Amino acid sequence: MGINWHDFFIVGNPLILGSQIAIVLTMVGIVAGITYLKKWKWLWREWLTTVDHKRIGIMYILSGVLMFFRGGVDGLLMKAQTSRPEMKFLDAQHYNEIFTTHGVIMILFAAMPLLIGLMNVVVPLQIGARDVAFPQLNALSFWLFFSGAMLFNISFVVGGSPDAGWTAYFPLAGKEFTPGIGNNYYAVALQIAGIGTLMTGINFIVTVLKMRTKGMTLMRMPMFTWTSFIASVIIVASFPIFTVALALMTFDRIFGTHFFTISGGGMDMMWANLFWLWGHPEVYIVVLPAFGMFSEVISTFSRKRLFGYNSMVFSIVGIAFLSMLVWVHHFFTMGAGPGVNSVFSITTMMIAIPTGVKMFNWLFTMRKGRIELTTAMLWALAFIPCFVIGGVTGVMLAMGAADYQYHNTLFLVAHFHYVLIPGVVFAVFAGLYYWWPKMFGHMLNEKIGKIHFWFFTIGFNLTFMPMFFLGLDGAVRRSYTYSAESGYAPLFLLSTIGAVILAIGFGALCYNIYWSARYADRNISNDPWDARTLEWATASPVQFYNFAKLPEVKSIDAFWYMKKHNEGLTLKDEEVEEIHMPSNSGLPFYMGVIFGITGFLLVFEWKLAALVATVGILAGLIIRSFDYNDGFHVHKDEIKKTEKAWRSVNKGVNNHVS
Amino acid sequence: MEKNHKGFPVTHVIGFIMSLVLTFAALGVAIKTSLPFKTILWIIGSLAVVQAGLQLYMFMHMNEGEDGKSQVINVAYGFFIAVVTVAGSIWVMSFGM
Amino acid sequence: MSANVNTALPLEYQTEQNRMNILGFWIFLGAEIILFGTLFAVFSVLNARYAGGPTPKDLFEIKDVMVETILLLTSSFTCGLAIYEMRRGNRNGLLLWFIITLLLGAGFVFMEVTEFIHYVHEGATMQTSAFLSSFFVLLGTHGLHVSMGIGWATMVIIQIFKRGLTPVTARKTFIIGLYWHFLDVVWIFIFTFVYLARMVA
Repeated sequence: MGINWHDFFIVGNPLILGSQIAIVLTMVGIVAGITYLKKWKWLWREWLTTVDHKRIGIMYILSGVLMFFRGGVDGLLMKAQTSRPEMKFLDAQHYNEIFTTHGVIMILFAAMPLLIGLMNVVVPLQIGARDVAFPQLNALSFWLFFSGAMLFNISFVVGGSPDAGWTAYFPLAGKEFTPGIGNNYYAVALQIAGIGTLMTGINFIVTVLKMRTKGMTLMRMPMFTWTSFIASVIIVASFPIFTVALALMTFDRIFGTHFFTISGGGMDMMWANLFWLWGHPEVYIVVLPAFGMFSEVISTFSRKRLFGYNSMVFSIVGIAFLSMLVWVHHFFTMGAGPGVNSVFSITTMMIAIPTGVKMFNWLFTMRKGRIELTTAMLWALAFIPCFVIGGVTGVMLAMGAADYQYHNTLFLVAHFHYVLIPGVVFAVFAGLYYWWPKMFGHMLNEKIGKIHFWFFTIGFNLTFMPMFFLGLDGAVRRSYTYSAESGYAPLFLLSTIGAVILAIGFGALCYNIYWSARYADRNISNDPWDARTLEWATASPVQFYNFAKLPEVKSIDAFWYMKKHNEGLTLKDEEVEEIHMPSNSGLPFYMGVIFGITGFLLVFEWKLAALVATVGILAGLIIRSFDYNDGFHVHKDEIKKTEKAWRSVNKGVNNHVS
Repeated sequence: MEKNHKGFPVTHVIGFIMSLVLTFAALGVAIKTSLPFKTILWIIGSLAVVQAGLQLYMFMHMNEGEDGKSQVINVAYGFFIAVVTVAGSIWVMSFGM
Repeated sequence: MSANVNTALPLEYQTEQNRMNILGFWIFLGAEIILFGTLFAVFSVLNARYAGGPTPKDLFEIKDVMVETILLLTSSFTCGLAIYEMRRGNRNGLLLWFIITLLLGAGFVFMEVTEFIHYVHEGATMQTSAFLSSFFVLLGTHGLHVSMGIGWATMVIIQIFKRGLTPVTARKTFIIGLYWHFLDVVWIFIFTFVYLARMVA
C-alpha cells in the first residue's frame, strides 16, 4: 500500500541535490521570464493549444533536443566514471540508474520525438496537404509523449530512477529484486508516451493514404514521406505489443500478478520475448525516417534524382516486413535450441540485403552528381562509412553461435551506437540543417555547422571505436568499474576523451541555434537549397495553411519539375479560394496533464487516487465526443496578403550556401 | 455500399445463423467428440477463423468504400503480426524443444 | 478537410473527413488485433502453469460461457441491424436496435463480472498463478473494451437524439458499430482458445 513519504524525495547525493536545485531555479526562471515578458497568453494561444502540424513538429524537436541533452549528460557521467579504473565518482547503484535512463531517454524521448517532429513538419508539406488527417489527435499525441517524458524525467529527483537497464529484464525488474518505485516510472511513463506514438502512427498512415495532392501517386512520393509512412506502419504493428508488455509489467509490479515472476509459474524470459517483439521493430521505426532524410539530402546536394527509386521503396517495405521476424537475436544466449537460433540468425542476416541495396543507391545517386558540401550533406557523407561499420558488426552479432562471445560486452554497445548515432543522430542533424529554413525562416550558420560536424563525428568515432576492442577483450557492458590489472584503462580513457569532443560538438549545435536565431539573415527565398520536393514550393517559414493553392504533381521530385517547366510557381488572384482550417483546442494539453497526474499516482501505487484521476481522463473523452467545432475559414483577402508578402519580395540565396 | 436498401436484412440474418451454427459446431467438437486434442484445436481454430471472416465481411463490410483495399490489407497484416506473435512466442518460449 | 458533400454515398461516407475517420478507425482496429494477439500469445505460453492453483476444468462452466457467447453474438447481429436501419435513414429503427445491442452488451458484462466474482470466491484470483494472471488480464481487457463501448455508444445515442442523423452522427454510429463487431471477433477467439481448448486440454 503506497510508498512512504521519506522515500519521496531523493536525498543525500550531492549530484542529485545539485540537479534538484537547478531544476527548481530553472522552473522559477521560466515562470518569471514568461510573466515578465507577458507571454502567457501567447504561449497558450500559439503553442499549447495549437493543432498546426508544423508547430507540433517544432515542439517535438525542442523536446527532443532537450532530452538529447539530458541523455547526453547521463552518457558523460558514465564516461567520467569509467575513465579510470576503480573510479569513485559514481557508486554502482547510481551507475545503474544512469545507464538505464540514458538508454530509455535516448531511444524513446530523444530519437523518437526528433524524428516524429521532422515527420510532422515535413510530411504534410511533401505530399501537398494542409495538415495531417487528424490535427487534434496529433496534438494529443504530442502532449501524451511530453507527459510521459516529463514523468520519466522527474524520477531521478522524486522517488528514484529506474535501474534495471533500458530493457528492464525480469526477474531483475520485478518487485522482488527492485522493490523501489523506480521501475514503476519505467512501466507507466513509457506507456503514456507509447499511446501517443501509436496515435501518431495511425495519423500518418491515414494522412499519406488520403491527403496526397492531385497527381501525387504513391510511387511519386518523396523518399522521406515513404520512409515515414512505412515507419508509421511499423509503429502500428509493434507498439500494441509494447503496450501489453508494459501493462503486464505494471500488473506484476503493482497488482501482484505472475506474468514474469519466477514464483506463481510466470516466465521471466517472456518479458524479453515481448520487449524485443516491439524493440527490434522500434529500431527500424527510428532508422527508416532517417534513411528518408539522407535520401532527400543526398539527392538535393548531388543535383540528381535519387538513384533506384523503386528499389529503394521495395527495400524499405522489405525491411519493414523482416523487422518483425528477427526479435530473438537479442537473446540468443537464452539457450533456445539450435532450430530457434538458426532461424533468427538467418532472418537477421537477410536484413542486410535491403539495407545494402539502399547504401548502393545512395552511392550511385552521388556518382557523377554535382556534389555540394553543405553541412547537411556532410552528415550524409559521414553516415555512410560509419553506418556500414555498425551494419557489418551487426552481421557478426547475427550469428547465433558467435553471439555467445559478443553478448553483453562493450562490442555490442559499440555496435548499436554505430548504428543509432550515424543512422539516427546524423540524420536528424542533416534534417535540421536542411529543413531549418522551412521551420524558422532563416538558415543555421554553415561555418558553425561545420565545426559542429567535425567535433561530433571525430568525437563519436573516438568514443565508440575503442569499445569494439574493449568488448572483444572481454569488457562487459553495464559494469560501473574495472580493475587496473584488466588492462582496459587506456582504451577507456580514449573513449572518455572522445565523449568530451562529442559533447563540444553538441555545444556547437546549441550555439549555432542561438547565433542563427539572433543574427542569421531573414531575407532568404522559399527555396534556398534549390531543392526538389514540394515543401520548398511554399514560404519559409511556412504560412499556417501551407499552400494557397494545392500544387499538382506530374513527376517524382515534383517541385524540381515545376521549376524546370515553370509550372504552378505563380499564383493568380482569381485562383485564391477560402481555406478551411481546424481550430485550436486546449483539450489535448488537458489530457496530457491529466494522464501525467494519473500516471504519477500509479507510479506511487496510490491505486485509489489513480482510479479517481482516471475520471478526469474519461471526462476529457466525453468532452471530445460532444465537441462539434468544425474549424474556421481563412478569408481570401488574408490569403492574398500573406501570399504577396513572401512572393513579391526579391529574396535571394546569395551568401547562404558557401 | 448500397445506401437505401429496402425490405429484409437477408445477409445479416444469414450471418447470424451461420455464426450460431459455427459456435455450436465448435462446442460439439470440443465437448462431445473424443478426438485427439491437437485435432480438436485445429478444427475449432479453423471454425473461429471462418466465423471471424464472417463478421468482417457480412457485418463490418471490410472491403466497402473507396479504401476497401487498404482496409483489407490492414486487417490481413494485423492478423499476420498477431499470428507471428502467438506462434513465435509459443515456439521461442518452448526453447525450440 | 474540404466540406464537399457527396450525397450519393451513405451518410457516414459523405465527407472526406468522415472517410478519413473510418479508415483511421480500421487502422486502429489493426492495432487492436495485434494488442489482443499479444495477450493471446501470453495466454498461450502461460496457460498450463497453474502453480498448484485451480485449473480450467475446476473453474469453467460451459453453460455460463455459452450464455455469454450467445449474448455477444446476438448483440453483434442487432448492431448490424442498427447500421442497416441507419442506411435506410430510419432513425427510430437505428435507435431501437442500437439500444437493444447495448442492453445485450450490458448483460454480457454482468455475466462476466459474476463469473469473475465466482472464481475469486473459489480462490482463483489473478495473483494465484500465471495461468490465472493471463486469463484475467486477457478477459478483463476484452470486458473493459465492451464496457467502454457501452459508455461511448451512450454518448453517441445522446447526440443522435439531439442532432438527428447527420453525416457526423452517422459516422460516429458506424464507427462504433465496427468496434462492436470487432469485440465479437475477439470473443470468438476467447471462446475457442481460452474456454473450449483449455477445457479439453
